[in-house]
Amino acid sequence: MNRTQKQSRFAIACLKAVAGFVVLILAFLIGYIFITGLPNVSWHFLTSPAKAFNAGGGIWIQLFNSFYLLVLAMIISLPIALGAAIYLNEYATDNWFTAAIKTSIEILSSLPSVVVGLFGFLLFVVQFNYGFSILSGALTLTIFNLPLLTRNIEDSLANVSDDQRQGGLGLGLSKYETIIHIVVPASLPGIISGIILCSGRVFGEAAALIYTAGQSAPALNFMDWNPFNIDSPLSPLRPAETLAVHIWKINSEGIMPDLTQVSSGSAAVLVLAILIFNLSARFVGRKVFERMTSVK
Amino acid sequence: MQNTTELNNKPKRFIYDFNPEETEITMQTKDLEIYYGKNLAMHNADLKFKKNTITALIGPSGSGKSTFLRSLNRMNDGIATVKGEILYQGVNINQPKIDVYEVRRRIGMVFQRPNPFAKSIYDNVTFALQRRGVHDKKTLDRVVETTLKQAAVWDQVKDSLNKSALSLSGGQAQRVCIARALAVQPDVLLLDEPASALDPVSTQQLETTLRELKKDYTIIIVTHNMQQAARLSDYTVFFNMGEAIEYNKTRKVFTRPKVQMTDDYVSGNFG
Amino acid sequence: MIMENQKLAKQLMKKSKTARYERFGRLLSLSALLLIMAIVLGIIVFVASKGLGTFFKDGISFKDFFTGTLWNPGTKTPSGQQAVGALPMIVGSFLVTILAALLSTPFAIGTAVYMTEISPKRGAKILQPVTELLVGIPSVVYGFIGLSVVVPFVRNTFGGSGFGILSGTFVLFVMILPTIVSMTVDSLKGVPKFYRQASLALGATKWQTIWKVVLRAATPGILTAVVFGMARAFGEALAVQMVIGNAALMPQNLTSPASTLTSVLTAGMGNTVMGSLQNDALWSLALVLLVMSLFFNLVVHMIGRKGAFKK
Ligand SMILES: Nc1ncnc2c1ncn2[C@@H]1O[C@H](COP(=O)(O)OP(=O)(O)OP(=O)(O)O)[C@@H](O)[C@H]1O
Ligand SMILES: [Mg+2]
Repeated sequence: MNRTQKQSRFAIACLKAVAGFVVLILAFLIGYIFITGLPNVSWHFLTSPAKAFNAGGGIWIQLFNSFYLLVLAMIISLPIALGAAIYLNEYATDNWFTAAIKTSIEILSSLPSVVVGLFGFLLFVVQFNYGFSILSGALTLTIFNLPLLTRNIEDSLANVSDDQRQGGLGLGLSKYETIIHIVVPASLPGIISGIILCSGRVFGEAAALIYTAGQSAPALNFMDWNPFNIDSPLSPLRPAETLAVHIWKINSEGIMPDLTQVSSGSAAVLVLAILIFNLSARFVGRKVFERMTSVK
Repeated sequence: MQNTTELNNKPKRFIYDFNPEETEITMQTKDLEIYYGKNLAMHNADLKFKKNTITALIGPSGSGKSTFLRSLNRMNDGIATVKGEILYQGVNINQPKIDVYEVRRRIGMVFQRPNPFAKSIYDNVTFALQRRGVHDKKTLDRVVETTLKQAAVWDQVKDSLNKSALSLSGGQAQRVCIARALAVQPDVLLLDEPASALDPVSTQQLETTLRELKKDYTIIIVTHNMQQAARLSDYTVFFNMGEAIEYNKTRKVFTRPKVQMTDDYVSGNFG
Repeated sequence: MIMENQKLAKQLMKKSKTARYERFGRLLSLSALLLIMAIVLGIIVFVASKGLGTFFKDGISFKDFFTGTLWNPGTKTPSGQQAVGALPMIVGSFLVTILAALLSTPFAIGTAVYMTEISPKRGAKILQPVTELLVGIPSVVYGFIGLSVVVPFVRNTFGGSGFGILSGTFVLFVMILPTIVSMTVDSLKGVPKFYRQASLALGATKWQTIWKVVLRAATPGILTAVVFGMARAFGEALAVQMVIGNAALMPQNLTSPASTLTSVLTAGMGNTVMGSLQNDALWSLALVLLVMSLFFNLVVHMIGRKGAFKK
């Protein structure tokens, strides 16, 4: 074996070590989160409200807030992202206007989420006077979510064969009808995967929320589902600390005696939720696809 | 090969050996020029298409068959610039005032690759009607049955109308696509190599179907298959390099072509 | 015949419902797009107008802001100027970003090369999901682990409180690693197969092929990946804020408490009154963040253009 061959072998061994190291990091991260966290997760932990000064608090309200905000943000952002993606993929021609729009979406997607959060604070909390609230939070999350969701939907639309569009147009349907009723359904598996993936990202986001949805989770009356009452879980104008914000908050200034247990338990729940989002993104998309092509 | 000299004395282009009555002409092109950007992809193609006949468009790859066909129902809108007149029952449909959606409804199109929508077979066929405001279940049921029968797939799919059309075989899917095109009651049917993705048996069934449909529709079909053109069509147009070279009764085009180029092409000596 | 023609012409010229629907749908989707564009412009205009207020309304000079080292808006420096020197935070942000990128890049490239060149099968089976998972982990969780693992580790190894630039670097290192890996993988996959075959056929070893051919061809893509990673590191707020110590001081060494633009922003915004100098100064930090984010974008564009030119 000559020198260059030896060198090659050595280099490749190094690369293997590096790749192995990266796997180790993840194994450690996941292991650490679950091993320290899961023992603290109990039914009681998931279903009781947090306590600021005493041990034994849970994360029920934060968990509820996270999901509520996620659902609202998705409901608001989906039509916008869909419209934008449709225009970009189906109508836009190569000109300066399209280039400008693409650039602004890129800018938005690479903007630090604190900056998005501060903008939300300025516009929704202060200017529109929504205060620290579900509404401010959901609108800010929408801004945070739009660029990635748009790009995901755009990619799914682009994956639909042009034959489908031709088929619709050939029947005398308008382009828009063809898109909405033929192309979008055909790209549904991809769109659904995209939505779930984005949900994971939104669910874990905290920086955009600390100055919009707020950092407190007042007690809620779970018997009252009238959104116009301030202690109703559905009330859009109540402050709503999410699980992700909770983890940041208690680690920065928490003083409960079981701080470590609560924060590691919360982190485990958060990561578990996101794992489920990510895994189900593939799974659900595939299932929808099978369903659509199946021999029922 | 022995009558080459004789053929060479004939004109370089030969259009028509028939003169249909005005009323018999469903479609006609006049002074057609089609451009992709600045490239002229089709000219010299003044053609008439007779009612209730099948006309085959043949010619080498890139000769402009699809380009020509697609402009007949304005599917080239936004892709190519089409100049000249395209008359549909005497009305020039190549003008901005014309509602292109109504044109495409009346002049239906079936494509090379079967392209069923990601919907049930039933919805594939009825979808365009539903979009046009037809929701009466009885009407829709009737349309589904008639058109699928016309397209000769009814027997194969009648028990699984709610099944996804994506699960059909290529031949079945293509015929569902034909039924889909028929459902909006066109009177012209344009087909661009509809059999090229099908196996011989499905191809034959498709040809039988088209022969049946001729009774009610004017059919224009692009094909690369000489036998198919000879078997199926009443008239044949031979295109080359963006021009209609010869247009005649199919029998004549294949047995006694008037232009050398056509002879070379149909006898396989082209290129 | 003529009568019939006219009747048909009339039918064909009537604007159909379909045509109206098309106009409506096109407008609808265009307006969604314009809304996004308006939001982006809104963000830039709002943050810029707020952030520039420090200079034009409160009369702080750019020089004091960008070179001053004392940050305590509302109070004066010993020499009598307003104490709005943002240099400590700017230095902090750049330090953690650059150090994290320096640390991540070799690991990321190594991993990406392993995934595409050495063991594509294992790469797709194990490393692909691993990187996707790492990308998905929220930054507060990174912060939490930083706080409970990295900070004690730094404290025990290097002394001090454990909070500081070094801990921030470690946390960001892990955070941006998957971003750089997955983008590098994409650009390595974009290198045509025949490059490798030609190189191997000429007698080069596998390593020489990777080093001299594949990596060279993928350089623009790798640079883009690194810049993206840096942009993410520069803008990361909570994970860094949790481990850096939040002292608005010039970093003395890598283990002394420090701060970044984002950490001061998140910690401070809640404690100031809108319109006050304290508040305006924070918005100026946000503006610096925004401008840097635009700058990273620009760099990515320029690399893209240059890379395209080379091909
Ligand atoms: N969308 C397009 N943009 C630009 N040029 C095109 C486009 N479609 C076709 N052409 C060009 O127009 C000419 C005619 O193409 P066309 O597809 O009509 O040929 P064809 O006879 O249908 O060929 P085939 O038998 O391969 O289908 C070709 O030179 C082709 O390159
Ligand atoms: Mg063609």
